[in-house]
Amino acid sequence: MTVNGSQIEIGVGDEETLLETLRQRLGLTGTKQGCDLGDCGSCTVLLDGKPVLSCLTLAADVQGHDVLTIEGLAQGEELHPVQRAFHEAGAVQCGFCTPGMVLTAKALLDTHPNPDRETIRGALSGNLCRCTGYVKIVNAVENAAKVYPHGSMEGK
Amino acid sequence: MMKTSSYNYVGKSMPRIDGVAKLTGDAQYTDDIHLPGMLVGKMLRSPHAHALIRSIDVSKAEALPGVKGVVLGKEAPIMFGILPRAEDENALAIDKVRYVGEPVVGVAAVDERTALEALKLVVVDYEILPAILDPHEAMTREDVKIHKECEVANIERRATLEFGSVEEGFAAADHIREDSFFKAAITHAPIETHVALANYRDGKMTLWSTTQVPHYVHKAISRVLELPMERVRVIKPILGGGFGGKGEPFSFEFVACMLSRKCGRPVKIVHTREEVFMTHRGRHPMHMKLRTGVKKDGTITAVEFHNLLDGGSYGSYGLVTLYYSGQLLTLPYTLPAYRFDGVRVFTNKPACGALRGHGGVGPRFAFEVHLDRIAADLGIDPLEIRQKNALKPNTMTLNELRITSCGFEECLEKAGRAIGWNERRGKLPRGRGIGIAGGGYVSGAGNAIYFNPMPHSNVNISVDRGGGVTVFCGASDIGQGSDTMLALVAGEILGVRPDSIKVISADTDTTPVDLGSYSSRVTFMAGNACRSAALAVREKIVSVAAEKLGVSWETVQITDGIVSAQGCSKKPLTFAQAVVLAESKGTAIYGSGGYTPPKLGGSYRGAGVGPSPAYSFGAHAAEVEVDEETGVVTVLRLVAAHDLGLALNPLSAEGQVEGAAANGLGEVLMENHANTDSGQHACPSLLEYKIPTMLDLPDIEPILVESVDPEGPFGAKECGEGSLHPSIPAVVNAIYDAVGIWLHDAPITPEAVLAALKKEKMR
Repeated sequence: MTVNGSQIEIGVGDEETLLETLRQRLGLTGTKQGCDLGDCGSCTVLLDGKPVLSCLTLAADVQGHDVLTIEGLAQGEELHPVQRAFHEAGAVQCGFCTPGMVLTAKALLDTHPNPDRETIRGALSGNLCRCTGYVKIVNAVENAAKVYPHGSMEGK
Repeated sequence: MMKTSSYNYVGKSMPRIDGVAKLTGDAQYTDDIHLPGMLVGKMLRSPHAHALIRSIDVSKAEALPGVKGVVLGKEAPIMFGILPRAEDENALAIDKVRYVGEPVVGVAAVDERTALEALKLVVVDYEILPAILDPHEAMTREDVKIHKECEVANIERRATLEFGSVEEGFAAADHIREDSFFKAAITHAPIETHVALANYRDGKMTLWSTTQVPHYVHKAISRVLELPMERVRVIKPILGGGFGGKGEPFSFEFVACMLSRKCGRPVKIVHTREEVFMTHRGRHPMHMKLRTGVKKDGTITAVEFHNLLDGGSYGSYGLVTLYYSGQLLTLPYTLPAYRFDGVRVFTNKPACGALRGHGGVGPRFAFEVHLDRIAADLGIDPLEIRQKNALKPNTMTLNELRITSCGFEECLEKAGRAIGWNERRGKLPRGRGIGIAGGGYVSGAGNAIYFNPMPHSNVNISVDRGGGVTVFCGASDIGQGSDTMLALVAGEILGVRPDSIKVISADTDTTPVDLGSYSSRVTFMAGNACRSAALAVREKIVSVAAEKLGVSWETVQITDGIVSAQGCSKKPLTFAQAVVLAESKGTAIYGSGGYTPPKLGGSYRGAGVGPSPAYSFGAHAAEVEVDEETGVVTVLRLVAAHDLGLALNPLSAEGQVEGAAANGLGEVLMENHANTDSGQHACPSLLEYKIPTMLDLPDIEPILVESVDPEGPFGAKECGEGSLHPSIPAVVNAIYDAVGIWLHDAPITPEAVLAALKKEKMR
């Protein structure tokens, strides 16, 4: 599979989840485990550009596919527009939901150039946050949309 | 007190200093730490709500290949508990279990699968006892004792308080109203589960833990494991949300340490989501009765409050909860006479403890709805009755809480205006309504949890010769942003950009003690300690700079890293140059500061809980829509006005108010930490236990009210907890405005709305 742009060959167990592979074997601990049941969204990664719950995805099923985790989003020190918007809008508190939130927002903006607040809320409603009350997260996605480089598929 | 605009950084929004690390996956949470040779720890938990342990056979588990160690409660029999008067827990149950999910055996193995397999091989012989799940039953059942130490049935403590002449107050009243309320348990549900990683090496224990209180954990580990404190180090890595649920020492922390000591290898225990629900320590269910006397014009003459708190199986913070529930009712209205009678009982459920807004949330819900009912009885506007009775600045409540800054009236006025109170209350089409409620909360407890004369918070600041500033403080950033607050305060005093300041916090080996993140104390206390440490550093730098520039030290300014003096012809120094000069005097540049609250509070029994160096105040106004077909209540707007003294970082303060109010909306409409008839958890997952998603909440509208506290750092006081309280009753009061029903039990379910509507129609 491809992880954050690098080809990776790895043997995985038949019960191993993508979350386990990323966190425990590849050391990509930016992907968080909040429930291990598919309820909270904090383990969200992008699989071929679409958000998936890595705790419910078998690693073996990802063979030949493209995985993007939070570690692969920024270009060197240059934050991705969604990351920058989250930072500046105060959308991060404890930060545990943040990687999943950011990746879900990226997937939204990749396909919806100008989502309204309701669309943002709908797209991110599978990602739970207990700190922010969501206001600043929605603000951040709105702000990111304004400067989003459409068509370039940046960060992929 | 200087005006906000005269500050360089304070009062201006800045992103948090750990934001980029959290956004790129670099931030290291406890579960992200991986040590060589690390084992996986797991705990076997009780399937019974109440049972004696006759025997435990771990021989088969120990024999399983891959198992490296098994520990039992009898190996660490010293008891612990966050409150010195309620040390009633063991690291692992020894002879009795008191709730479903109580840890009984700890196992360390080479991997998770082996550890889980080992747990299945443990044989525990239980003698099942009758379980008490109802707090009323707990009051009287002498035949079933959850804790044998209880003198009467299962009553942990009864607390009574009386101030002023209550009987005279009721005699002077034109109208007396009595109401009963119930507020269910809710739980914290941080998105990060509890995690501990223990590493015992060379006689020294290092524990990385998801804790809000490294200092109390440090003390407790030392005591229970019988290791001197200097051989225990507790580190709180980046923490994924606490809300009170990580605010005391827990079984898993001791068990990780015990296993590591036994195995000679690092051991990590990660709670599953289900285990987080079992660990709990959330809001106490409260069964409340209020009786209030008022004059015709709405002036309160006396209040009587009875509260039965269902504490669950252990003491936890419960005695503080009990007293808080009584003491904080004297905010934010002037009560001339007040009587409180509260009882905390044990039941066979996960223990209740502290949760955001600790102690005051249930009573605030009850009182604010009760007050609206009184206003309705008298034909007075709910906003007006609040304004009439509002506490004033620089007063003393009758239970001797010292009120300094108080912006409650401004909060009422601003929340009312934002929701369009005068134009819209009582005038919206049926099904739509608005409501208002007030509240007040402590900016930290005036007294430490264990008696000691030491400062409640300490900060050391060191400056390297490159001009780099590092702040060291025991305070726990649990997501609320206390590290950023420290950088902001230090930066303001030292004249260097806050985002260039490093903060090292919550590590008992390297940072001076701060009591922890609870009772909304950190901005006020650690902020003050940081301010005084920074002033000490500033003095050293300014005095050598004055000498170099040939000016008196009072004229020296440091702004954006440049040290200059007004009217001085000499070239200004950079901050780093000034540091080099200062260091050439013979020592590296450092400064220390501490904060100890002034002596506060009365001398009566119970007076220790409630005093705070400052109180926040707030008023929330809600607009709701009630679907009379389905009973579903939708919150359309929530305006949250909060008097936080001064917003050090408005972006962050708004985030605290929005988050707290959002928690309140979940609490009033969705959340119920319930159990089944056998004591099993009824909803131990984030699918079944419903916390608000993005689709469940409106855009909360924070209004920051600045009363500029005389003792807070730059005038700041708390904002993260008090801003939860008024949201719950504001919604309930809005429901009345929408459809004319009063709801006294929270959470408000659609079923309850429909039942109340039906009852209302039959009247």
